[in-house]
Amino acid sequence: MKLDAKIPSGALEQKWSSHKFAMKLVSPANKRKYKVIVVGTGLAGASAAATLAELGYQVEVFCYQDSPRRAHSIAAQGGINAAKNYQNDGDSTFRLFYDTIKGGDFRAREANVYRLAEVSAAIIDQAVAQGVPFAREYGGLLANRSFGGAQVSRTFYARGQTGQQLLLGAYSALSRQIGLGSIRMHTRSEMLDLVVIDGLARGIITRDLVSGVIDSWAADAVVLATGGYGNAFFLSTNAVGCNVTAAFRAYKKGAGFANPCYTQIHPTCIPVSGEHQSKLTLMSESLRNDARVWVPKQKGDKRRPEEIPENERDYYLERKYPSFGNLAPRDIASRSAKEVCDEGRGVGESALGVYLDFGEAISRLGEAKITERYANLFQMYERITADNPYHTPMRIYPAVHYTMGGLWVDYNLQSTIPGLHVIGEANFSDHGANRLGASALMQGLADGYFILPYTLAHYLASQRLDKITSDHPAFAIAKAEVSKRLKRLLSSKGKRSPRSFHRELGMLLWEHCGMARHHQGLSRALAKIPELREEFWHNLHISGDASSFNQQLEHAGRVADFLEFGELMCRDALLREESCGGHFRSEYQTPEGEALRHDETFAHVAVWEHQGEGKAPLRHQEELVFSAVQLSTRSYK
Amino acid sequence: MRLVLHVWRQKSPEEAGAMVSYRLKEISPDMSFLEMLDILNEQLLAEEKDPVAFDHDCREGICGMCSLVINGQAHGPQSGTTTCQLHMRSFKDGDEIYIEPFRAKAFPVIRDLVTNRSSFDRIIQAGGFVSVRTGGVPDGNALPIPKTAADLAMDFAACIGCGACVAACKNASAMLFVSAKVSQLALLPQGKVERERRVLAMVGQMDQEGFGHCSNTFECEAVCPKEISVSSIARLNREYTRAALLERPSSSPTSSE
Repeated sequence: MKLDAKIPSGALEQKWSSHKFAMKLVSPANKRKYKVIVVGTGLAGASAAATLAELGYQVEVFCYQDSPRRAHSIAAQGGINAAKNYQNDGDSTFRLFYDTIKGGDFRAREANVYRLAEVSAAIIDQAVAQGVPFAREYGGLLANRSFGGAQVSRTFYARGQTGQQLLLGAYSALSRQIGLGSIRMHTRSEMLDLVVIDGLARGIITRDLVSGVIDSWAADAVVLATGGYGNAFFLSTNAVGCNVTAAFRAYKKGAGFANPCYTQIHPTCIPVSGEHQSKLTLMSESLRNDARVWVPKQKGDKRRPEEIPENERDYYLERKYPSFGNLAPRDIASRSAKEVCDEGRGVGESALGVYLDFGEAISRLGEAKITERYANLFQMYERITADNPYHTPMRIYPAVHYTMGGLWVDYNLQSTIPGLHVIGEANFSDHGANRLGASALMQGLADGYFILPYTLAHYLASQRLDKITSDHPAFAIAKAEVSKRLKRLLSSKGKRSPRSFHRELGMLLWEHCGMARHHQGLSRALAKIPELREEFWHNLHISGDASSFNQQLEHAGRVADFLEFGELMCRDALLREESCGGHFRSEYQTPEGEALRHDETFAHVAVWEHQGEGKAPLRHQEELVFSAVQLSTRSYK
Repeated sequence: MRLVLHVWRQKSPEEAGAMVSYRLKEISPDMSFLEMLDILNEQLLAEEKDPVAFDHDCREGICGMCSLVINGQAHGPQSGTTTCQLHMRSFKDGDEIYIEPFRAKAFPVIRDLVTNRSSFDRIIQAGGFVSVRTGGVPDGNALPIPKTAADLAMDFAACIGCGACVAACKNASAMLFVSAKVSQLALLPQGKVERERRVLAMVGQMDQEGFGHCSNTFECEAVCPKEISVSSIARLNREYTRAALLERPSSSPTSSE
């Protein structure tokens, strides 16, 4: 596997503009001759599909939900970053770039991150033009809020529903193109394989989730915008249907998978309430703007929070990180919460929780102001926990939220398979080992609206693409493989449901490949996962057939991939012998308990290449070169 | 908690459906309604029976994929709440719970509790957008928008497109859904440019899909998990009348492309 990042030469600030000029174009008359497949309709997929269709390409779009509007980008709450400097507080493209690359613990590519910061401002303009109702000030101009990992206010928001509003904006652009006939939309369709012909990505195999029909789709290029793999952990803030299947099928067809061990544990989620739990709910990071995080100073203090006097509370983030305080980045805030709970100072029945207290903010700003800012989040919290956060502090605990790892892509967002482009959370490119809050929306839309449409044209214009239809024998072979696999899932006449296997895998990963990892734990997980997988294929029980609507079968297929993918995560985590961002190896920490990076040996992207069934994958490295920033120990003290 | 569930079972759009009863025990009040159904499905699977099909995804009340009419109410008894955010503490030990799909001519049943709501997508495709292409737009701050207008537009933009308004309406009208989008865009200067053709196209599509008319019962507002106000329907009516008066022959969004 050859890893050529194709980073343009020249000064960092000039790379993207000169690259845009250097790339080939497809003339307007020729665009309609090309067909592009886009899988996934979140921010990245919807924005890419709409933009490509506006440009004149024929676009086929697929999503597993019943409507493209439901993709999980919709659940992002807090906001989207952009280097507009509307607040006159010293923001700039370079500062957003710097904060992002530092936030990622210097494990991302400079050129990609700089480009992201550069196009961020245009995203806000685009969304405003679509009618996205961002929060505004009384003068009618756009409002901003602060977010973790930054000392400027650059986050644009629409109450606690920023992801929803941005997605509905992209969905409206997508819908317009569907109405115009330039996009064919396939809902309730799941991609189950990638078709590679002569080394190029030329199509996909899908299953219609309603009729069960397995279909072939040929195209000149395939774009994956299929999100992250957080659901490998079973419990996460992802939608229940989110899965790694499309990305993992592409990996098996030769696409390199980068940094699978980089997972983000979000510090502010509602704690687990019992075994029945099917998902975790996030409380937006924006709450940390006004709330203070604390636990009792004493171990096992069972008093109610309001009974604990001020001097017996430990505001541990403010104590340990005075300059960022409650707005310390996610990885640090999560790890600190785990630490205090491990010390026995956690709160709530499970003792796996910390307080997020609005008391001080309510007395300073009044209840009305807090309602205006966070009403929907407070309601959501009360609905789930039956506690009223106006009167008693919220209880929160970290949960799996986002995955920085993903399919490896070059500067053009192309994977190691020519013709297969990967955008949004599904790729690995911009967040390094930790993503800053309000940067996922930015990256998804940057990829979809402003980067992929250029780079994809370059691919189409430079690559010789023979006419191929779904009658090509490669499609029949892939289709047969997919059917065989479904049959195998259905024929296992065991005792356990897909859900029970998923849950067991999730617990294993959370324990050994979660917030803190260790050589021994990872080795144990690497021994156990293959056993679980073995049991899965012999002791699985699902009902129904493959030729009708069958949600158990859908779930089983996704769990089967997670069972293989989980192993890759642990393998990657084991071989990255350092701590960085969301990847914390307890063997590698400073005396103060902070992450200890090993820049001499690990300032690289780890890229995994599939070697065939039953064979260990091969680990490649893409060295990261830093010229604009100096690698420093990330300090938020 | 022990519960008796009466659940609508229907194998396919063509076959007739029926209510089937199931008994559940050891349900925790901290479970969400959908987690309770997960338990039911695990139990059915263990008994070699077909699990109940139901739509769900985010399970945090924002994607709009979950549905269900619970004891006669769309999204169940708690106001301002989707089914996925409804918790079992809203029910009592020994309760009988009736669970049905969102019923409407324009939402045909696919299987059990799963319906096809693509008619909503087609209404948006007919005109629920601002016709801008990517790039070349003015700076976000080039056009000041009064905070009150932006806030009100946001109230209407909060719609999650779940279809509870339709399920609750005796006429299966989609007026609340359509009016929320029409109102959001009509309130913002970006949306005003094509307000006439938008409202005509969306209402035209709504009628074509087989949704009923509004007879001002306001059950839609009562069940809406995002508490969209029926004042949007008044706005829709005003927008529609205004557009109908101003209508020019070439006002459909597709014909002018």
